[in-house]
Amino acid sequence: MGYALFEMTIKAWLEAAVHDAERRGLIELKPMLEMLARATSALRTAEWNADASGEFDRAESDGR
Amino acid sequence: MGAEAPTIAELSRALKARETTAEAVLDRCLRRIAERNPTINAFISVFEADARAQAREADREIAAGRYRGPLHGVPISIKDLFDIRGSATTAASRVRQNHVARSDAPSIARLRDAGAVFVGKTNLHEFAYGTTNEESAFGPARHPLDPTRSPGGSSGGSAASVADGMCFASMGTDTGGSIRIPSAACGLVGLKPTLGELTTDGVVPLSMTLDHIGPLCRSVEDAGILYDVLRGETTPPVSAPADSRGLTLGIPREYFLTLLDPQVAHAFENACTRLRDAGIKLEDVSIPHVGDVTAIYLHIQLSEGAAFHAKTLERQPNDYTPGVRLRLEMGRYVLAEDYARALRGRDVLRREVDATLEGRDGLFLPAMAIPAPKIGTTTVRVGGVEEPVRSMMLRCTQTFNVTGHPAITIPCGNTAEGLPIGAQVVGARGGTPQLLGLARTIEPYVGPGTSR
Repeated sequence: MGYALFEMTIKAWLEAAVHDAERRGLIELKPMLEMLARATSALRTAEWNADASGEFDRAESDGR
Repeated sequence: MGAEAPTIAELSRALKARETTAEAVLDRCLRRIAERNPTINAFISVFEADARAQAREADREIAAGRYRGPLHGVPISIKDLFDIRGSATTAASRVRQNHVARSDAPSIARLRDAGAVFVGKTNLHEFAYGTTNEESAFGPARHPLDPTRSPGGSSGGSAASVADGMCFASMGTDTGGSIRIPSAACGLVGLKPTLGELTTDGVVPLSMTLDHIGPLCRSVEDAGILYDVLRGETTPPVSAPADSRGLTLGIPREYFLTLLDPQVAHAFENACTRLRDAGIKLEDVSIPHVGDVTAIYLHIQLSEGAAFHAKTLERQPNDYTPGVRLRLEMGRYVLAEDYARALRGRDVLRREVDATLEGRDGLFLPAMAIPAPKIGTTTVRVGGVEEPVRSMMLRCTQTFNVTGHPAITIPCGNTAEGLPIGAQVVGARGGTPQLLGLARTIEPYVGPGTSR
């Protein structure tokens, strides 16, 4: 993507992704990446996400 | 032959009894294709010479007492994602314009061994990456009842070819609903078996862990005939219809029934009433995190699609249709961390759907939230809000690609304009034969007069 270091927030990811898409001449990707950012935000805030400070049931994450 | 063609079950009885011949049946299909394909654009290629040779051979074998089974001599079409030896597998893309398959996909080999006659390969949304069939190097496939509308997708040409009487069934693929969406849009039965049950070898992938193959046809019985051939087991055959009394179906109202075209909602509720009247118990069930499915599906499908296409996106980007190229490029920006999150969410949803099926025979819900959309429209007004056509078409089906549960569509009514509306039945993982038995039992109540 041409970016190596950025703050690991969705906002920073989106800015970097849009910048990279524009650099590659894919300006039509901007609204699609904005949509993806909203989906990623939903994914990251879902209540079933793992929390490394708490309990973890491996059986919940391997399809058993 | 026209749109009121018989089912495979009906045709096979006549072929076996030698009341008609495979050549005569094929001839009617080829005439229908010649007459209608210039308008419907269901077929990318038609195998007239090879199909005639297959039909003649079927007639010789049946006359000699070597009847292979209910697909023997039956004309079917194949979505142009499956390898058929000696022909191009275009995936409706200029990216694959120079491809020629060296051998049959295993699924195609089984159909060939069963004596099926391959009439041709059908149009699709390029690389199966869309729900409307509009983005194809060969132009859009069109709805047989209204050519200004989409037949659904991505297996749109497959659905149109069966619905219009050009053949008796078609093989399709389903990554987010691509068998069930066009089946619902065109008034057909479409089966997506349990994830991983039927091999996808020899089929151009869209998303390696979401792809399924399955049939589009005119009845649940026909779906069972193709399923038995595809799984390579004819004993025991799929379950016969049973007594409807004592059956229990779960209705997942939240999410699936909250955003529906009013005519779809009306047809679905009427089907529920008929099922209750038949003595079937309907219970509301909850899939607590189903609202997360779009985000989960998107991150898995985008990543896997982009991985498969990365090399050709660099080498020949202009050979893709613009919209498909952009969706594939979008997938290259998904972070590995988010793909892994989506896989965890997938497990959560799988367990939640498993739980709704405990003590019940299946789930019952709409197959598609809207009727077949007009070609060229990108949004549709539902519930007073403009919604993307693509997400409305995927809304009721993609969950079961994520979880892997088998699902089948059955026609359940029509709009005032005569466009088909489909219902969907979902079974337990690994229980496709039981799902087919259930679907045969309830088919007459779900859509009386709408499927054969």
